Amino acid sequence: MATAEEVAKAAERRDVRDRWLLSAPALLVIFLAATGPLLIVLVYSFLTPGAYGDVKWQFSPEAWLSVFMERDIFDDTLSLAGAHVTIFWRSIKLAVVTTLATLALGFPTAYFMATRSEKTRDLWLFLITIPFWTNLLIRTFAVLQIIRNEGIINTILLKLGIVSAPVQILYTDTAILIGMAYVYLPLMVLPVYASMEKLDFRLVEAGYDLYATRFKVLRKIIFPLVKPGVIAGSILVFIPALGAYVTPSVLGGGKNMMLSNLIELQFGQGRNWPLGSALSITVMIIVMVALLAYVRNAGKSGVRHG
Amino acid sequence: MPDKPDRNAIEVVNVSKIFGSGEGQVAALDTVSVSIRENEFFTLLGPSGCGKTTLLRLIAGFDFPTAGEILLYGQDIAPLPPFKRPVNTVFQSYALFPHMTVADNIGFGLEMLGKPKAEIKARVAEMLKLVKMEALAGRRTSQISGGQQQRVALARALAPQPKVLLLDEPLSALDYKLRKEMQIELKRLQHETGITFIFVTHDQEEALTMSDRIAVMSSGKILQVGSPWDIYDKPAERFVADFIGESNFLTAAITGMGNGKARATFKSGATIEATVAEGFQPKDNATVVVRPEHARLTKGKGDLSGTVENIVYFGTDTHIHVHLDSGEAFTVRQQNTRSAGCGFERGDKVGISIGNDAAQVLKD
Repeated sequence: MATAEEVAKAAERRDVRDRWLLSAPALLVIFLAATGPLLIVLVYSFLTPGAYGDVKWQFSPEAWLSVFMERDIFDDTLSLAGAHVTIFWRSIKLAVVTTLATLALGFPTAYFMATRSEKTRDLWLFLITIPFWTNLLIRTFAVLQIIRNEGIINTILLKLGIVSAPVQILYTDTAILIGMAYVYLPLMVLPVYASMEKLDFRLVEAGYDLYATRFKVLRKIIFPLVKPGVIAGSILVFIPALGAYVTPSVLGGGKNMMLSNLIELQFGQGRNWPLGSALSITVMIIVMVALLAYVRNAGKSGVRHG
Repeated sequence: MPDKPDRNAIEVVNVSKIFGSGEGQVAALDTVSVSIRENEFFTLLGPSGCGKTTLLRLIAGFDFPTAGEILLYGQDIAPLPPFKRPVNTVFQSYALFPHMTVADNIGFGLEMLGKPKAEIKARVAEMLKLVKMEALAGRRTSQISGGQQQRVALARALAPQPKVLLLDEPLSALDYKLRKEMQIELKRLQHETGITFIFVTHDQEEALTMSDRIAVMSSGKILQVGSPWDIYDKPAERFVADFIGESNFLTAAITGMGNGKARATFKSGATIEATVAEGFQPKDNATVVVRPEHARLTKGKGDLSGTVENIVYFGTDTHIHVHLDSGEAFTVRQQNTRSAGCGFERGDKVGISIGNDAAQVLKD
């Protein structure tokens, strides 16, 4: 006869087996849909480009070398590679500026929402999510309609006589930033709001009571306590902003190449799939570094409230 | 206390606070005036919703009065934001900053005032010692107990040496024993620092044991201000007598007045002498209040007569509920001895004698 201990052990084994079986479909999907393609990209980045796209199954570190370095070979596609650093820098800069812009706009928005009454809060939350219902491309074209030379802003400025000729906003860096800030704002507002909603506003009163001015209360009390939300929002904005494709192309007019354009080029006209793969992974590494910094920072502050 | 200097730290002059607008507007405070003396332990006492916390918040600056003035040593502070008032608050929830250590919490006010680092350090050390929290200076506020948080909240509010310290039901979250301890602690702190304390509570016992003076509030008004003794023994209104301690209310005719005293005659014909509340307007049927421990039950004839209805034993004393012949109810509290019962039984015909200085005529 089995002892109680043996029965318990068998039950535990069964339990573990069942759990694996039950989660198998999910694991399969995660592997095939997420990890699998990434592995393919990783493998491709170490192969040789084929003549008409695709890859030749022949190991080559060439793609990784040309991510940042320029090799002086007479080849018209590779002549672009010299601008890689500039393009990386431009994309990172845009992602950072977009993050800062959405933070500057999103933080007060989240504060405003969190200080409303419970009922109206839900309404504001609902309004914030409305842009998610519309396709990104359509939203971007909406911005284009507003800022183009014959658009709303310029028409009003002309009518009011503030300017005599339309202000060129479209196809400038400003246009890209306006579009990016608009598109990614909800991604900043939502996590900041989630933190802000948990904030105990009696602490704000305590701050005022202890001689802290409004700015000091913001800096010393509100900001440290909603920092996890700010960091989460920044990551959520930074990652897609770094690889943004539609918005910079439409609003920037493709004058300045972004990382996403560069990668796209490798898989299209460039016919250099390995380089495209290597560039993609480089972007991923940048994102991972940012994520690690986030995890570290969040772990260090360790503030739990609410 | 007679040795208190007669200088007012806070003067509240005709202050009203109305929340909401139109149909839904509520007067949380209705033309309230009160003076709080320097170095006084002053208590705002009343049931929840009476406006005591609103008044405290107006003094702190978290809300602004709809009408009236709040003077701090003669200067109107009502329009100033809280960070410009030399007044600090101990919050009901303590509201300690969770992202700072105990020491940082205590030093926060001084830091915001721009005091030099060395001075802040010395003052924080002094405060930690005052509230006996030296050992936990480096802890996060989430890592200390409720009683300790309470001490930190006190130290934080006292550190900038405010002219007035406001305490919003600071003991309500503590268990009974800790609350008793903190009551004594608060009295000690008030004595040692010499700061004017304005204390808000709904606990009448807390108010009686700690305060120099008490203001009893109800429905946005201050009903009576006085020493605990005044409030307990000479309540001005029925609400005050009812809210604080237990009371017997009797209807009597006032048959003579003079020298702050009145002769009250009951329906039975018995007449007693009673003190009269300030502002009493002579009328036919006045209400006389007698505290249960100020009346004595006798086997013979007293000022009032009735039948014992119920006897409740409380350990230190016994409450004897009497149904008066006039139809009113009356409770007598009798000190217990070890040797015997209270000496009465249910159904006994008894008399109640009310001493010479035991009754007060209410103004309403």
